[in-house]
Amino acid sequence: MDNIAGTKTSLSWVMNITVVVLVLLWLIPTIGLLVSSFRDRDQISASGWWLSPFPVEQNFSTRASGDNAVQQGDLFVIEGNVYDDEEMAETFGGETPPIAAFGGTRAAPTAFQPGDVAELSRDRTLSVLEDGSYTFTSPAEFSRDPRIYFASETPPEFSLDNYDTVLTSDNMDVAFINTLTVTIPATVIPILIAAFAAYALAWMDFPGRGLLIAAVVGLLVVPLQLALVPLLNLHNQVGIGQSFVGIWLAHTGFGLPLAIYLLRNYMVGLPRDIIESAKVDGATDFQVFVKIVLPLSFPALASFAIFQFLWTWNDLLVAKVFLPSDDASKVMTVKIADDLLGSRGGDWGILATAAFVSIAVPLVVFFTMQRYLVRGLLAGSVK
Amino acid sequence: MSPLIQGVLTIIIGVGGCIGYFFASNLILDKVIFPPKGANPGRNINRANMVRPWLFLLPAILALGLYLVYPVIGSFWRSLFNRAGDEFIGLGNYITMFGDDQFRISLFNNFLWVLVVPAAATFFGLLVAQLTDRMKWGNIAKSLIFMPMAISFVGASLIWKFVYANNPDIGMINAVRDFLGMGPVDVLQIPFWNNFFLMVILIWIQTGFAMVILSAALRGIPEETVEAAIIDGANPFQIFFKIKVPQIMGTIVVVWTTITILVLKVFDIVYTMTGGNFGTEILPSYMMSYMFRDDGRATAVAFVIMLIVLPVMIWNIAQARKEMR
Repeated sequence: MDNIAGTKTSLSWVMNITVVVLVLLWLIPTIGLLVSSFRDRDQISASGWWLSPFPVEQNFSTRASGDNAVQQGDLFVIEGNVYDDEEMAETFGGETPPIAAFGGTRAAPTAFQPGDVAELSRDRTLSVLEDGSYTFTSPAEFSRDPRIYFASETPPEFSLDNYDTVLTSDNMDVAFINTLTVTIPATVIPILIAAFAAYALAWMDFPGRGLLIAAVVGLLVVPLQLALVPLLNLHNQVGIGQSFVGIWLAHTGFGLPLAIYLLRNYMVGLPRDIIESAKVDGATDFQVFVKIVLPLSFPALASFAIFQFLWTWNDLLVAKVFLPSDDASKVMTVKIADDLLGSRGGDWGILATAAFVSIAVPLVVFFTMQRYLVRGLLAGSVK
Repeated sequence: MSPLIQGVLTIIIGVGGCIGYFFASNLILDKVIFPPKGANPGRNINRANMVRPWLFLLPAILALGLYLVYPVIGSFWRSLFNRAGDEFIGLGNYITMFGDDQFRISLFNNFLWVLVVPAAATFFGLLVAQLTDRMKWGNIAKSLIFMPMAISFVGASLIWKFVYANNPDIGMINAVRDFLGMGPVDVLQIPFWNNFFLMVILIWIQTGFAMVILSAALRGIPEETVEAAIIDGANPFQIFFKIKVPQIMGTIVVVWTTITILVLKVFDIVYTMTGGNFGTEILPSYMMSYMFRDDGRATAVAFVIMLIVLPVMIWNIAQARKEMR
């Protein structure tokens, strides 16, 4: 429709390219997180994730064994290969990538090119060839095993080690279960309560109905912040305190306005004939609701369920206030925001993995049920 | 008892309790209190039908009242007391709060957020909605841009922590700077501008929301209006700005206000990214810094947020009432 003869091709090129750029901009940060979650911390800080398919140049150090020293003339000489060292062999997995640079001091670990002869303190010399073989000479006997520093390219490496660490040793498994425990009842219970209320607001006639609908619309935007202090005090007074029961109740209350609003909007649109003919046939409101309205409202119920699921799964505020702050009852968002960012602040691999574990379930729900989510958004906002 | 078993039990008790309540209360109403027989069966049926809506509504009204209406009053009342809650100090909390630099910074920052985030998210949403409207792979593009909606604010913050990282081998911004020969910089510590780097995260999340709704609104525009404009020789830009945008203005306003409300509530991003340091505090995060420490101050901040939201609430209610008529 927008395509006017002549302008069509060039404009549509511009449009396509703009959309490609936007999609890339939107996608790249998430891909970075995903890629980083498969790399270990050394690799992450050695090269950007966008270079992760390529080998990474990293610095290593090993010791030449003083026991192998041989006296040649007035020099003590150690000959060997940096890759022969057990520890190095393990790091490189038996591979021997070419040496990029070497050095004899911690201060300048990559000062020399392979093949150079480095003059070190105490008249020592060190030479490392590209294949890793080295010659260490000293006029005096080696009292300790001297260190050799070198830079070498490690092959790109992706592993599930971070996932193993996060899921087994960081209490993230407990947090995962806790999140699930918070989410499911907090999704199921408001649906039932809201469905009955929505039916009453949509299909029953009684004084004060308009006022109630207006109240629900108003409550949609009440900031949660207001509820925190009074309700926590209330929970403490009635003995619920900070507990799972408390957070279920809180999420139920906070989710209700949207639930009632969405469901009422949907139910009002159901064909009047069906409901009225059922009533003429003698069905009570309860029967009409359970046997006709509820099954027909399935799309709206699904929309709200997805909303509430995403909202409770992703919530940080309510969980911080209504759940106890001990390790046994932390949910994932709290765990990441309060624990991992503090204690593991420098370990980017663990952070990325923890974040990905916490967003994986919502993403699966999102991509499988996108249709209902979109429908719910439209019903909630456009009407 | 493990939380998981407790959860399963809660589902059973909660769902069972709800169904039981609705079923039993209707049964009692119909069979015991107003049975459709005896002296006045007709009157009884009418009475039962007058009571029934309230049976349906009762649990919802109780929950809404306790969890959303009571807190408004409860919070205001609590904000009039001192830290320990035992001494009435009137507006004392508000007065000390307005004297606090940190509060004024958060108020100013929040003002920036409200100004920038809804505008930018709506703009990008509209842009994508229009560009993908008749594109072959439009739906794939839309669903990818929509994806951040499913990600928690904490997760999104972590994702962007990688983008903003100081180390040019981790953070993309500093990688670009490094490539151009500039030194690394911690974007989250640049005064004033760091606020905008935090806003980017919320814009990134909310654009998808704006896009979905505006895209549906664009589809709803009657074809004839666009056709007529084409015949009159309008170019694509004129069609967009003079024909399409005016017709979806109502939806744009709804999207804008919805995101505005959200901006006033989100504390997660500031909390995870900077902890409110480096002059990035906003009202919700300022409130959380007093939560568990000074309930009087915390509720006072919450009530200020409520006051800011109030005009939107009134406008929403007015709109809803207009629609029902």
